[in-house]
Amino acid sequence: MTKPPPGRSLGQDALERLTQNPFAVGGLVFVALVALACVAGPWFLPHEPDTQNLDLGATAPSAAHWLGTDVLGRDLLARILSGGRVSLMVGLLATLVALSIGVTYGLISGYAGGRTDRAMMRFVEIIYSMPFTVFVIILMVLFGRNLWLIFVAIGAVEWLTMARIVRGQVLNLKEQPFIQASRSLGQRPAMIMRKHLLPNLMGIIIVYATLTIPGVMLLEAFISFLGLGVQPPQTSWGDLIRSGAESMEEYPWLLIFPSLVFSATLFSLNFLGDGLRDALDPKSGKR
Amino acid sequence: MLIYVVRRFLEAIPVLFLIVAGTFFMVRLVPGGPFSREKNIPEATLRQMEAYYGLDQPMLVQFGRYLGNVLQGDLGPSFKYTGWTVNEIIAAKLPVSFELGLLAMAIALTVGIGVGVLAAWRPRTLTDNVPMSFAMLGICLPTFVLGPLLILVFALDLKWVNVMGWSLPQDRILPALTLGLFYAAYIARLTRSSMLEVRNEDYMRTAQAKGVSTARTYLVHGLRNGLSPVVSFLGPMLAGLISGSFVVETIFFIPGLGQFFVQSALDNDYYMVQGTVLFYATLIIVFNLLSDILLVWLNPRRKLES
Repeated sequence: MTKPPPGRSLGQDALERLTQNPFAVGGLVFVALVALACVAGPWFLPHEPDTQNLDLGATAPSAAHWLGTDVLGRDLLARILSGGRVSLMVGLLATLVALSIGVTYGLISGYAGGRTDRAMMRFVEIIYSMPFTVFVIILMVLFGRNLWLIFVAIGAVEWLTMARIVRGQVLNLKEQPFIQASRSLGQRPAMIMRKHLLPNLMGIIIVYATLTIPGVMLLEAFISFLGLGVQPPQTSWGDLIRSGAESMEEYPWLLIFPSLVFSATLFSLNFLGDGLRDALDPKSGKR
Repeated sequence: MLIYVVRRFLEAIPVLFLIVAGTFFMVRLVPGGPFSREKNIPEATLRQMEAYYGLDQPMLVQFGRYLGNVLQGDLGPSFKYTGWTVNEIIAAKLPVSFELGLLAMAIALTVGIGVGVLAAWRPRTLTDNVPMSFAMLGICLPTFVLGPLLILVFALDLKWVNVMGWSLPQDRILPALTLGLFYAAYIARLTRSSMLEVRNEDYMRTAQAKGVSTARTYLVHGLRNGLSPVVSFLGPMLAGLISGSFVVETIFFIPGLGQFFVQSALDNDYYMVQGTVLFYATLIIVFNLLSDILLVWLNPRRKLES
């Protein structure tokens, strides 16, 4: 008698699909490297991000300053790394905010169904059609350039897509026998959502979280570029690109390096997100 | 159809009301009024100025008055640019932003749809992979990165065009490209995937079977149906173009409404901010409605529902 082939979990399947996608793996490796460099790099660098050296001024890349220095003589690499901490942190935390709102909203809307669902989704559609970046700008102007406010403001804009996707998924799931069984046994809705629906939504949540991070980082950079983001001496990638653009005529490297790091990170995150979507949710891929 | 349009307009009323109310109270929550920038104003003059603009009234009275004016199409005075009304400023600044947006949209649609259609014609070949790699690149280059880079290469290095300004026809090229290329890339991806889906539809086979040439099937029967996602994207694209114009107008020093809006928000110019937001919101709502109508025209089977 032959042994049955070893079982394979969905997770193993997904992991294999992911590792076979060179773009996704490349993206993952790059993002991990950038994140590691931003977190750990500043401890090893001989330069502080906000130590000024006015005698030195802006210098091109050299052995002492690998990516050159800015107008105030600050080491660009150190500034890119410390700006990266802010950009990545905004990316992660604002995504978390967007995720919590979006998933809760989508779960309730989809599970409630009927009139509640229609009203809730109509509300999403309405804010979808509003000039929401405009509101983020007003918020930033109003309440000062507070890092925490950036998280909330961006999170409050980015949850909409998440809510839509989760709700669509819940609509499919809630007719499945295991949910109906649980309901007929008298399980409370909140429990059903937490214990039965949420675990089944994890895949899609991970995928869209990965795709939301670059969107959030883009928005933060956009706000910083308009001069409404982080306060000096703190910096972020958008802020570095802005000041680089101001002096690009004389010192092009101040624009080029931050732009390169920022774009490459977005690029990698998008590839990783696409790869995760194909791996965790093969049916919806290639949309 | 008429009923649908009327219903959509009626639905827009509460939305616009919320926007008016939201911005009205939001800008008034700011610490510091519109005149706090000008330091040396005596207390009495300040009171007088506030009374002149009605800012000394209770909040709700101010709101009611503002709402009444807006209903009559009067967006109020600007504090920063004394003697100008918000209506006049919008009328003066809008044509520039409008032209920029129109050019960018033209680039996004022609390049985007063209590339998408080309890529889906022979999927997974050279004519698909090369343009789509560029599209991926375009998606990851936001306006504030692309704009300065374009200036660096084409204005500072090659000296083909001016660095900034809006007086000569060729001044339009870089700003329009900066604003349009991201959406061109996005639309190319949308078009490609929807054309790939449409290819396998029954009506495509029917068209082939009755002797329509392959190219005609693809370009006429396919494209008409494949364009639906692009048309639905028009509304969000307009919203994006508006916020993109803030950046592009700042980068290229273009005297448009976008640059003005950001400045007026920084200046606490209450009516200017409220008026511009209301104007943008109305524009987006109308545009969404138009794109929904266009969708039905492209595909009459689609139900006229919200």
